Amino acid sequence: MAATADITLAQIRKGLYWRKQLDKVFVIVGLLVLFSCLGLLATLFIDLVHKGSSRFGWDFFMNFPSRKAERAGILSAWVGTSLIMFVTALVALPVGVAAAIYLEEYATKNWFTNIVEINVTNLAGVPSIVYGLLALGLFVYTLGFGQSVLSAGLTLALLILPIVIVATRESLRAVPKAIREAAYGLGATRWEVTKDHVLPYSTGGILTGLILGLSRAIGETAPIITIGALSFIAFLPPSPVSGDFPFLNFEWLKSEFTAMPIQMFNWVSRPDQAFQANSAAAGAILLGMTLLMNAVAIWIRYRFRKKINW
Amino acid sequence: MSQGTSQKAKSSVAALLRYRKNRDRVIELILLMAGLVAVFTTVAIVAILVYESSFFFSHVSIKDFLTDTMWTPLFSDARYGIMPLVSGTLTVTFVALLVAIPLGTIIAIYLSEFATHRLRETVKPILELLGAVPTVVYGYFALLMVTPFLQKFIPGLPGFNMLSAGLVIGLMIVPYVASVGEDAMRAVPRYMREGSYAMGATRLQTALRVVVPGAFSGLAAAYILGISRAIGETMVVAIAAGMQPTLTFNPTEPAATITAYIVQVSLGDLPHGSIGYQSIFAAGLVLMLMTLVFNVIGFFLTRKFREAY
Repeated sequence: MAATADITLAQIRKGLYWRKQLDKVFVIVGLLVLFSCLGLLATLFIDLVHKGSSRFGWDFFMNFPSRKAERAGILSAWVGTSLIMFVTALVALPVGVAAAIYLEEYATKNWFTNIVEINVTNLAGVPSIVYGLLALGLFVYTLGFGQSVLSAGLTLALLILPIVIVATRESLRAVPKAIREAAYGLGATRWEVTKDHVLPYSTGGILTGLILGLSRAIGETAPIITIGALSFIAFLPPSPVSGDFPFLNFEWLKSEFTAMPIQMFNWVSRPDQAFQANSAAAGAILLGMTLLMNAVAIWIRYRFRKKINW
Repeated sequence: MSQGTSQKAKSSVAALLRYRKNRDRVIELILLMAGLVAVFTTVAIVAILVYESSFFFSHVSIKDFLTDTMWTPLFSDARYGIMPLVSGTLTVTFVALLVAIPLGTIIAIYLSEFATHRLRETVKPILELLGAVPTVVYGYFALLMVTPFLQKFIPGLPGFNMLSAGLVIGLMIVPYVASVGEDAMRAVPRYMREGSYAMGATRLQTALRVVVPGAFSGLAAAYILGISRAIGETMVVAIAAGMQPTLTFNPTEPAATITAYIVQVSLGDLPHGSIGYQSIFAAGLVLMLMTLVFNVIGFFLTRKFREAY
């Protein structure tokens, strides 16, 4: 009895020592993996900026694409991207917020609400190129919108709808029940409660969701290639503001277009080194915009969280 | 106050109430329509894919589609076997998972079980930024940085290959796996860890033998999410893997995936209604079915291994 206890005690000590060493090894491995992933992102960004640095400048922003790499610019690309993002935000925000309000504030738990919820979850997992096929069949040909800014904006709106819906629902859910009940107690209807009390408190979360959605949409390439974005466009869509009555025109919605990621894709697939510098410059701008949007979203979330004290 | 005015006030209050109730009903209907957009999108996706593919399958027999080893719908000698595209997709996905599953799991375990609160809260948003990088930028990364780097070690590696595309996609989905996996592990209740510590287990032992098995359903969901992403990823393969459909499972060769084929056709100017145009919908249908299969597997895995706390 005593002999066995002796042996096991020594063994336990030795075992414990090794097990603790293993713990330390894992900590090192974990940190290594974590920071090499983050390091890769940094490397990528630095490399893009470095390789593209020769191209940054007024001309690059104000020139149309060209067969000569050093004269090519991204004017039609960033204008196209801005117009598409405008349409996307204009569609995704109201539809997404309305759908979220319905699911969170109005819907009773039944089979129908279940179907809507399962759909929202599923749509988030559908590959983005499938949205492109949907848009090609539905918007471009069946509804006759053509290969236009409108088709692209609607497609990306459908694509980010789940993101907006989920973010809005989360921020609606964070509003305490007591606030709703206080308003109901004063005789407000459901819509009045939602519009005057719940929505103002959730603005931060909704904005965060919208910006995160747009930051996803801005980099999406596959669905708008499928619609038929052109990579060589040496003209701008008609201006949305005109000199004559009624001062606004919507011709730009029907215009053919190109976009930042499309332009980058077009340049990256050329073997010419000079075009790869263009591609790097376009990529750096695109990546910079994405990171900026994410930073703004995080900042808004932080600000609103700090401001609200239940 | 006379009887008449109070009667009048009552009826105007009633009218106001009625108006507000009706307004609420109209608004509820509008909100419901917005909710239906999600359902409509799903139905429209399935309808469009099936409708356009039906024309394709009236030209091509399903047997040829599944057994032919060549995919050349755009050539004059057109062959319609989907297998080369499926093999490309599976190979790229497999390479991606070889990267994403170990790295993602290690990061998830580290963040959930070892990292301090502050490190975790700082790193998680940054990690999510990795997932927000536009995929076309990752494509640039694969073609112009990873491939030249790999060519130093693998002589004769072609400029377009599935290996570098797969590696980069793997890196791209690490944040998803890590983030979902970490959430799952953090949901494992504290007392299970404490029980394990009380028995003399170290942190690593607790993490690997208590927390990971306890969070298995969530981890499985994270892996499945990663697989779906890898299968559907488009731009990285379109840029870096080449676009020739080849029936091969060798990652050092160039090949096309289903998604890359759709991009390739879309870049050209195919007339609406031609067989080439319809073939991308057939390819899209296969892509949807593949993602669906993995989602269903994920669903059953989760249900089978779900622990009730």
